[in-house]
Amino acid sequence: MQFLQQLLNGLTIGSLYALIAVGYTVVYGIVQLINFAHGEVFMIGAFGALATWSLLFKGTTAIWVLPIIILGAMLASVSVALLMERIAYRPLRNAPRLAPLITAIGISVILQEGVRLFYPEAKSSLSFPGIDIVTGPPIAIGGLDLRRSTIFIILALIVCAVGLWVFINRTKQGRAMLAVSQDPDTARLMGVNVDRTIAIAFALGALLAAVAGVAQGLHTRTVTFNMGFMAGLKAFTAAVLGGIGNIQGAVAGGLVLGVIEALATQYLGGATWANVWAFVLLIIVLVFWPQGLLGAKVVDRA
Amino acid sequence: MSTAVSHEMPAAPAAGREVVLDASGVIMRFGGLTAVDNVSMKVHDGEIVGLIGPNGAGKTTFFNCLTGMYIPTEGTVRLRGEVLPPKPSKVVKAGMARTFQNIRLFGNMTALENVMVGRYCRTSSMALTSIIRGPKFRREEEATRARAQELLDYVGLGKSAELLARNMPYGDQRRLEIARALATDPQVLLLDEPTAGMNPKETEEAMHLIFKIRDSGLAVIVIEHDMRFIFTLCDRVLCLVRGALLIEGSPQEVQSDPRVIEAYIGGDESQEEGE
Repeated sequence: MQFLQQLLNGLTIGSLYALIAVGYTVVYGIVQLINFAHGEVFMIGAFGALATWSLLFKGTTAIWVLPIIILGAMLASVSVALLMERIAYRPLRNAPRLAPLITAIGISVILQEGVRLFYPEAKSSLSFPGIDIVTGPPIAIGGLDLRRSTIFIILALIVCAVGLWVFINRTKQGRAMLAVSQDPDTARLMGVNVDRTIAIAFALGALLAAVAGVAQGLHTRTVTFNMGFMAGLKAFTAAVLGGIGNIQGAVAGGLVLGVIEALATQYLGGATWANVWAFVLLIIVLVFWPQGLLGAKVVDRA
Repeated sequence: MSTAVSHEMPAAPAAGREVVLDASGVIMRFGGLTAVDNVSMKVHDGEIVGLIGPNGAGKTTFFNCLTGMYIPTEGTVRLRGEVLPPKPSKVVKAGMARTFQNIRLFGNMTALENVMVGRYCRTSSMALTSIIRGPKFRREEEATRARAQELLDYVGLGKSAELLARNMPYGDQRRLEIARALATDPQVLLLDEPTAGMNPKETEEAMHLIFKIRDSGLAVIVIEHDMRFIFTLCDRVLCLVRGALLIEGSPQEVQSDPRVIEAYIGGDESQEEGE
């Protein structure tokens, strides 16, 4: 029973990692850039939702508020992601690989500090609003404590994954993304607007990160300006684990990482060691299995 | 060396047809190297024009100037009287499509998807509407799919629609590139060595395909090394040597010109070809 409970916890955080990891992998697949500021896009999503709630619905916990705060989160995340692509990454598109990487770290710091300084009282952690249907009392099944937020998070992952699959395989922009990721020059000569396609990849990653931000807020009921740091690192690990550039891989990698962490918490030294195991896993994968669980693009410059 | 050649075409079968492509005085320099030296060319609707020359003559570089991949250092390229926009994706939209000397398909996509990418510039769906998937979007997606299948049938690949491009036989890949280029609804089709590496039977089929495309009214420009191919196929041939236009004329004229023969046999190929 203990084991099942931990498995459930693992799938919950794993789904969050997966939602963020997709953003790393989509962007890497198309511009070969590890966008280390993506964790902050997730954080901005959570704050976007919080701000929407505080401004419009303070005190409300009804279900109809949920879609609106998710929209607020998406708006915040996508704007930030598009801005950073336009201002910071696009001018560096043909620069040596190290330049955008360091820029990404810089943006990450700017966003964290920006929120810490300018969001009211964000210097310490802020409490995230509850939405009854998601944050209500847990449901007991057998001896298991099934938290409502767990159901919400797993459903969110499923919906996002299916939506993303449809977008990539069944729409013109999705095909353009595949084409650009394989050969941007040829795609351009076939009439594809490469700049726009890259921007869409960033926006797509931000959409899922926003959902993850809201989900995380509802799950832990707190948000902090630096919540994106560790989440981003873990999601990056998940993306590498699954094979960076590979979307199914990112989802699988997130879930595997989440479960391993949860089980390690239970059986291998407790919560303090969970992070250690996660990064030990990253190192093992990078050394012995650099193409990741599901392969696709080999990480040659990460 | 570079004699300016006028464009009166005595034997032109294209007489009376409209000029679709007009390149005048195109010069492309890379640092000190002049890869294309003052080349002018006019192409009419429904005409097949051959571009020949020894390796390094600047044929591919000239192609790159025509498709917006390079912006010529000097000179202009006009398509139906309009100067080409400086962005490749807009050049495609204006009506110029090409294939590549070294095949450049999207290997991990199916044949059908490759052709559908070519429809990108002819469809309107914005990112947002494709997420919402409204009826307009669905109709357009259907139409794109149908048109892509039609083009695969047209080049004789109708049965290979679901194959991954990288798993297709070589000759089929070349034809798929042509289908993808046609998907952009071009007015001028540029083929860079369409029969390179093909066996005689495949070459024969390629020739028929190009005739079929010409008969549909498109202008076709072909770079080729297979002289038999070029002289049966083309209405008009331009020979480039060291970046400059050596001669322009009917296949018979060019074939029998001693300078062309000399360029091929005695020419040195010290210059590098762009791309």
